Amino acid sequence: MTIGIVVFPGSNCDRDVRWALEGCLGQPTRFLWHEERDLTGLEAIVIPGGFSYGDYLRCGAIARFAPVLEEVSAFAGRGGPVLGICNGFQVLTEMGLLPGALTRNRSLHFLCESTRLQVEPGACQWLHHYTSGEQISLPIAHGEGRYQVDPEELQRLEERGQVVLRYVANPNGSLGDVAGLSNQRGNVLGLMPHPERACDPTTGGIDGRRLLEMACS
Amino acid sequence: MPLFHARVQVTLRPSVLDPAGEATRAAAARLGVQGVQRLRIGKSVEVALEAPDLAAAEAQLGLLSDRLLANPVIEDWTLELAEAE
Repeated sequence: MTIGIVVFPGSNCDRDVRWALEGCLGQPTRFLWHEERDLTGLEAIVIPGGFSYGDYLRCGAIARFAPVLEEVSAFAGRGGPVLGICNGFQVLTEMGLLPGALTRNRSLHFLCESTRLQVEPGACQWLHHYTSGEQISLPIAHGEGRYQVDPEELQRLEERGQVVLRYVANPNGSLGDVAGLSNQRGNVLGLMPHPERACDPTTGGIDGRRLLEMACS
Repeated sequence: MPLFHARVQVTLRPSVLDPAGEATRAAAARLGVQGVQRLRIGKSVEVALEAPDLAAAEAQLGLLSDRLLANPVIEDWTLELAEAE
């Protein structure tokens, strides 16, 4: 069982995700270069953080047209588990796999800190190992993480239980305190915090571990 | 094939907070420029495009603006288009 990790020019958390999955969880991974189309044998796909294509135009806007993402989109459509972390979340919204957009932090500062999150797993299979209302700590590291969507759509997302991760103390001005969103089916999760940086107790906690473990089950 | 020159203006939708615009507005006041009530930052994209006619050029630029240059969730766009001299 192998997990695919998408690599764009400008990705910079691809190796962190590999280290978390292989080093901490003993799970084999395969890097998927942005021009590849072959997802054969992959059980789950992770779109990691970074600055795909230099964040030109908008974060994730150019990545959306990468050949590999056409296949990832089809994979998600078949119910395959897809996880987008940070820039990966931005890419998922640009692809239309998740609604809304991630915009410049209200403070204009790049934020690199630990955040408290409230988990409401709902139907999200990535969060299956967390309990409803549980609070966890994960690091964030982003300049454009302010979630934006029209109020009616946010209302619908809330009603359907798709707002699965919420900031306890909103750091960036996200509407609805949104830190992570699931699709309705529960197989696609996008989140701004970095679970792969919270898998080893020596580097600041293991609250992200149960999330990545879902890629292995 | 005729050549068309286009300028696509991409602006944040009015409902979307523009923190960079707000910071610039505050700096305008510190510069001594008073009375700036609104300052929103957008993008201007210049495009030179070959197309059979004006209508075809407009259709191509509409697709380009809607699907790539702007994200309709947070942005609006307008198009200025003319055939090159």
